[in-house]
Amino acid sequence: MVYLTRKAEFSASHYYHNPKFTPDENARVFGKCNNPNGHGHNYTLEVTVKGAVDPKSGFVVDLKELKDIMSREVLDALDHRFLNKEVPEFYTKIPTTENIAIAIWQRLAPKLTAAQLHRVRVYETPDLFVDVYGDDFYGEA
Amino acid sequence: MKAHLTRRYMFSASHRLHSDEMSEEENRAIYGKCNNPYGHGHNYMLEVTVSGPVNDDTGMVCSLADLDGFVHKQILEHYDHQNLSMLQEFGRQVPTTENLCIAIYEIVNRGFRKAHLEKVRIEETMMNSFEYSGENGT
Repeated sequence: MVYLTRKAEFSASHYYHNPKFTPDENARVFGKCNNPNGHGHNYTLEVTVKGAVDPKSGFVVDLKELKDIMSREVLDALDHRFLNKEVPEFYTKIPTTENIAIAIWQRLAPKLTAAQLHRVRVYETPDLFVDVYGDDFYGEA
Repeated sequence: MKAHLTRRYMFSASHRLHSDEMSEEENRAIYGKCNNPYGHGHNYMLEVTVSGPVNDDTGMVCSLADLDGFVHKQILEHYDHQNLSMLQEFGRQVPTTENLCIAIYEIVNRGFRKAHLEKVRIEETMMNSFEYSGENGT
């Protein structure tokens, strides 16, 4: 088994707000992230796939194919977007780094047929990142 | 749905690697420059990884303010700008980054109740790093 990781970057804005909370609760729980006008980050995405090395190509996965899937399924939808307003997953879910990583997993997993998705890592800043693995879905994926 | 959240922190501290169980010569042979009696220092990069189900109301594994608050108070205030060799926990243990990693893991594991501690990772320099996931960890 060999693990291969491909990185990508996207820039997006978001804010944290739960309509079930009072304005005070939203401000207390989410702090500065509750500003309704939004704020942005340069996110770094790392997608790790695993598989056996194909004896003919020497690849775990065709990197071009992985790159294309990441661009089409993730970057085209998220890059330079206001996540709360433009990405359907976040019409109802709060676009935290946790939920962004889960949404990216759910977008990629069904499309990646050539290799098995192992981990999705999303850096919101260099000092904060979230990992999700297949086992984390408790059979929901 | 579960996720793993990692937060990075920095602290600066000095230490001297020296074991009372070995002779001066043995200490010098094993620890080399790190055995300098006056000590030396590092900028340690600490990574704390916690995991748990993502809360539906907040979208989070745990509040970052809670995690940051705990780590600042219990870890950074304790270790930052200190000489590790002078601290009580390293009275009998050599303050290698292996042992520091275990000490920090134990403090977080014992005191932080808002999410499950997965792992503590420390970069002593850009060239070497250490990880500890508990006695039963991988």
